[in-house]
Amino acid sequence: MICVNDIEKEIGVFVPMEDDDVLVCRCEEVTKGEIRRAVHAGMTTIEEMRRFLRCGMGLCQGQTCGKLVKGIVAAELKINPLELEPAVSRAPMRPVEMKVMGKDGGQGGDAV
Amino acid sequence: MKKTAEVIIIGGGVNGCAAAYYMARRGLTDVIVLEGSDSIGHGGSSRNGGGVRQSGRDVRELTYCMWGIQNLWPGLSEELGVDVEYSQTGNLRLGKTEAHMKKLQQLADNARSCGLDVRMIDGKEVKELNPYLSEEVIGASWCPTDGHANPMLTTLAYYKRALELGVQFVKGAKVIKLRKMQGRARQVVTEDGTVFEADQILLVAGYESRAIARTVGIDIPMTTYFEEALVTEMQPHMFDMMLGTADADFYGHQCKHGSFVFGSECGLEEATDQSLTDLKTSSLTISAGSRAIMRYIPALKDAKLVRSWGGWLDMSIDRVPIMGKVTEVPGLILACGFTGHGFGTAPAVGYMLAQMAVGEETVVDLSALRYDRFVSDR
Repeated sequence: MICVNDIEKEIGVFVPMEDDDVLVCRCEEVTKGEIRRAVHAGMTTIEEMRRFLRCGMGLCQGQTCGKLVKGIVAAELKINPLELEPAVSRAPMRPVEMKVMGKDGGQGGDAV
Repeated sequence: MKKTAEVIIIGGGVNGCAAAYYMARRGLTDVIVLEGSDSIGHGGSSRNGGGVRQSGRDVRELTYCMWGIQNLWPGLSEELGVDVEYSQTGNLRLGKTEAHMKKLQQLADNARSCGLDVRMIDGKEVKELNPYLSEEVIGASWCPTDGHANPMLTTLAYYKRALELGVQFVKGAKVIKLRKMQGRARQVVTEDGTVFEADQILLVAGYESRAIARTVGIDIPMTTYFEEALVTEMQPHMFDMMLGTADADFYGHQCKHGSFVFGSECGLEEATDQSLTDLKTSSLTISAGSRAIMRYIPALKDAKLVRSWGGWLDMSIDRVPIMGKVTEVPGLILACGFTGHGFGTAPAVGYMLAQMAVGEETVVDLSALRYDRFVSDR
């Protein structure tokens, strides 16, 4: 059980850093500063972070930035990255065209 | 962490977060929100297509749904300080056969009787509104005041604002029972034995509401249902309106981001027997959804799917939510059974729940949504 208000009090206010403009999620263009700010707005899990900022939700589905985002969130929360639940992987594992995905042998005819 | 407050809200989904925000906005900030999972909006709030729709609704929901769209949605982004991507760009419900058109006509007639502008249009007019649709579409119902928004951002924006205003949020606080004291709902007990206390308890815990309400003797006829959604990579801008079909084989829209989000089914959902904590998608649905979408929007056949996801809906037995104060358990307020279409009404529901908590009359009469409306018909 975690009380968000206690966490926010513990980690203190957002302090700007020199490298806040660095792009962390390249697919969705999310910066380090935006991620750090979101932690201070109450986004304390990777699940919430992805929904709030879209980091890791683009074409590569977080394969590039997943670890980086986790490290930044953990540092801001002053915890070990291992304590953070990683992002859930979703099917399909690689982007697939609808016309290919539709051909699984199901009913309803070939739409293409 | 405080354990006593004026109000405890069980459920940190879009309805719970909206209720917390509207209470705080009225100055009622001594509120604790208990979320069972580790993340706000873990349930249906993040697992829906983002429709902000009036058309196709039961008349019992339509009044407050329309009130929310007229009064809360237009200024929500500005009010919360987060762009929730609300777009009032209409809803086309498409038909391909005469039977489809008859069904759509019936829904349109129901909505019009409540004063909603929904009209039937022919294939030519559909094409003018959306040139990307298949030639097989012979007509549609068109509701210009419907639209869509981003459900994840809306939920988290309400959360963020309520937190800033002083509401206490506790995550990973899975509630297992309520306890009455001197005839009133008073205590909320979580899995690890922690006891929270409040003068009023708001139960907005989605499908988990039933088990919790039962601990004070109230049983709400609800079931669960697993539904899935899929999302494409970013596409060039095509159209803005929300789409649905008479057959309900898919629904969805293009997001501000450029990707398309669609909800779909494979037809075998009734037989789903995975546990409620299991959110794995089926191997059939994403393919069935692709076929359904391509049959209506052939231009998307080359669009790549990047992700699919699923979640459990809290189905009310008559498909209409349950809302209001519980007579037998003073201090308990219920809001559950949103049946997969609760996102669009969340601002209005949150607003009215805050009204109930402060003892005000709700802006819209909710007596048709009472928990004790269910009677045996045989």
